[in-house]
Amino acid sequence: MAYNTIQTELQGLFERSWDSFRMLVLELPAENLLPLVTRLKNDLGFNLFLDVTAVDYPAREPRFDVVYHFYSVSHNKRVRLKVPVSEAEPTVPTLTGLYGSANFMEREVHEMYGIKFAGNPDLRPILLYEGFVGHPLRKDYPIDQEQPLVDYRK
Amino acid sequence: MEYKSPVRSYLEESADPKNVLVNLGPSHPATHGTIQVIAELDGETVKKADIHCGYLHRGFEKEAEHHTYHKIIPYTDRLNYCSSLNNNFAYAATVEALLGIEITPRCKYLRTLLAEYNRIADHVTCIAATVMELGAMTAFLYLMTIRDYIFEHLNHLTGARLTYSYVRIGGMARDLPQGWLERLEEILQFHERYIERIHGLLDRNRIFIDRTRNTGALSTEQALNWGYTGPILRSTGAAIDIRKDSPYLAYDELDFEVPVGIKGDNYDRYYVRMREMDESVRMVRQLVKMLPEGPLNVSDHRVVLPEKKHLYGETESVINHFKLIMDGIQVPAGEVYLSHETPNGELGFYLVSDGSGRPYKLHVRGPSFLHMGGMHTLLEGYQLADIIATFGSMNMIGGECDR
Repeated sequence: MAYNTIQTELQGLFERSWDSFRMLVLELPAENLLPLVTRLKNDLGFNLFLDVTAVDYPAREPRFDVVYHFYSVSHNKRVRLKVPVSEAEPTVPTLTGLYGSANFMEREVHEMYGIKFAGNPDLRPILLYEGFVGHPLRKDYPIDQEQPLVDYRK
Repeated sequence: MEYKSPVRSYLEESADPKNVLVNLGPSHPATHGTIQVIAELDGETVKKADIHCGYLHRGFEKEAEHHTYHKIIPYTDRLNYCSSLNNNFAYAATVEALLGIEITPRCKYLRTLLAEYNRIADHVTCIAATVMELGAMTAFLYLMTIRDYIFEHLNHLTGARLTYSYVRIGGMARDLPQGWLERLEEILQFHERYIERIHGLLDRNRIFIDRTRNTGALSTEQALNWGYTGPILRSTGAAIDIRKDSPYLAYDELDFEVPVGIKGDNYDRYYVRMREMDESVRMVRQLVKMLPEGPLNVSDHRVVLPEKKHLYGETESVINHFKLIMDGIQVPAGEVYLSHETPNGELGFYLVSDGSGRPYKLHVRGPSFLHMGGMHTLLEGYQLADIIATFGSMNMIGGECDR
């Protein structure tokens, strides 16, 4: 299956698409994410949800890109989705209904960037801890800021 | 002084009054690495399990944004410290892809050789730890002997036993020392002799089979749903391997098989790893024959430090050296996702560059993190004691799980 088949199949659901080091990239608004990923999984065979992360561009509006990577085992193809979301409403729909692996990865992006995954029932901290203030991977979080759980000895 | 628990388990509220909650870890002899399992038990059976990771979180991605590309290499060692070279090579390949650098033939074959050699060490460690927790002390000591020979041998090459930092963008730190390849063949023969003993000790051992057969089983669909890759996915019968599917380095020239399991249980995971080591030995032997002479590093002033003899004689080389150390490699703006088949599965690096000497964003897709995300399904319905066997065969590495 060639990448232009995927592009024609998903026509109308994404805004822009380009090639990045032999990987197809689709940029789409958050409301199209669920229909597009459902088609990717059910009709185009992208059955392995590899990765989700975010990129922070503080000077840009919308501020964040939520970046997804999928792999199709049968076609041996990878695809990247980019969903720009604003700082005021950093919400994308959850993919936990389609892929189990979304569970842990969305928890990580939620605590690290403050992206809300609407519909994910379990967004407890995973690498950080309860009561951690702020989102450490945002560019405005200083690298040397400390929040020790147990106070340092004086 | 009272401290709040840093984790909130969803089991705290919903526990059935008849059931017992048991907490394992994060510091428990069988949770090599630090991970916490909160299990709800009905008698000896695990009804529900809640996995907590993050006790080894070091902020790899935040650190990476504040370091030059070369200074990140030691951090990548510490992702999977049982097979640092595989992590090194995956990271270097990502940066080289964005730079548009083609590595030299000698470097390509040497990287492939070392990646497979390190894979042997990783699988040996995983099997050793798993069977030791099941009581097989002799097998553990045999395997640790092999591992130590390999580590000493890699120490001879790189100067470190575990965290090698051997790669450089566009090449390697140094070439092979004299006699290294001869010693390699000796160690491979030693490895084969000892692996035969392990087969003899474990393969048809009644106790080992009782503990591992039909425990922690999963199907291919389940494995894909939870994002599993590597030996765990292959143990379910699916021959999915990046080395075969989209060959990188020199894998397209090598003759090797992708071993698969049948049931995806703990025994299959053990056996798939044993077979993968055989294939790795085969690949290393082929690569020793294929290894060409020639330069190890690319001749590109943008990335490789000038030779010492030029550094002491030419102003241009001094400036070149200074700029590479102080400003780092200037990687063109762009983004790339690249993944390698590491011993645990697909290790992916997603790199975004803004054209400066430091990554704008470097994200790691650690296979262990995904493996932990679905591990509760492998524990639920089995006995409490099976947690140890299943957790061992998942080969969770805290470094790449928590990053």
